[in-house]
Amino acid sequence: MFPDLGRHADTVLFSYAATLLILAVLAGSYALRNARIRRALATAEARRGAKNG
Amino acid sequence: MRLSARLLPWFGGITVLALCGGLGWGFFLTPDADLFGATVKIIYVHVPSAFLAVNIYFMMFVTSLIWLIRRHHVSALAAKAAAPIGAAMTLIALITGALWGQPMWGTWWVWDPRLTSFLIMFVFYLGYIALWAAIDEPDKAADLTSILALVGSVFALLSRYAVNFWSQGLHQGASLSLDRQQNVANVYWVPLVLTMIGFFALFLWLLLIGTRSEIRARRLRAIEMQEAR
Repeated sequence: MFPDLGRHADTVLFSYAATLLILAVLAGSYALRNARIRRALATAEARRGAKNG
Repeated sequence: MRLSARLLPWFGGITVLALCGGLGWGFFLTPDADLFGATVKIIYVHVPSAFLAVNIYFMMFVTSLIWLIRRHHVSALAAKAAAPIGAAMTLIALITGALWGQPMWGTWWVWDPRLTSFLIMFVFYLGYIALWAAIDEPDKAADLTSILALVGSVFALLSRYAVNFWSQGLHQGASLSLDRQQNVANVYWVPLVLTMIGFFALFLWLLLIGTRSEIRARRLRAIEMQEAR
């Protein structure tokens, strides 16, 4: 099932691997930053709420 | 925020389906090309990333213009959220282009108008991200980065049309066009369009996540400033 890439196998596989790695790092960093800021905002809003009674 | 929350799972779903379908189809099921051999499979990652690299910069140009004219905060934050995605797409286009160029042109890099304008655009993306990080005051940062985005748009335009302007470059013309005059062969066309949809949906998905994060970060900063007073 795996296609025969011939003498260009390294080139093609490295292209796909590099692309998927960059996309994974990008998506992971966006998701992590989103979760971190979301948590920090929830904590700050709870703190402000407690302060205001 | 409510609309974007509703759209997020849709964009996520389209991204996974279109990327898995397009890349799987392109990699496993399409034949080698007569001229390029198996390297033709690189178009499924190179063309969509290059397309987005240029068009994300245009999106940043428009949103920066909106910020400078209308002072609409979300537009500046959307441009800020788009920049790392654009930089990543430009990097993918440069890496996969170099990998393709080595066996096809006999060199990893050539100072061809399109390649050079892409490299300059990448530097503009990095400069834009660095400028946002370097300035503490958000409105001032938005002003300066918007001006940088407007200046850099010249290179985004060059990246898009360099092949048409200068005929001496090595890079070939567009692989896809709306008039279907310059398209790749039909057997490669469907998976290529699928991966284009997948990359575009990924961009929208990340853009929404990033913009929502920036809006929350601004709210957090406002609360922290109130507490500090």
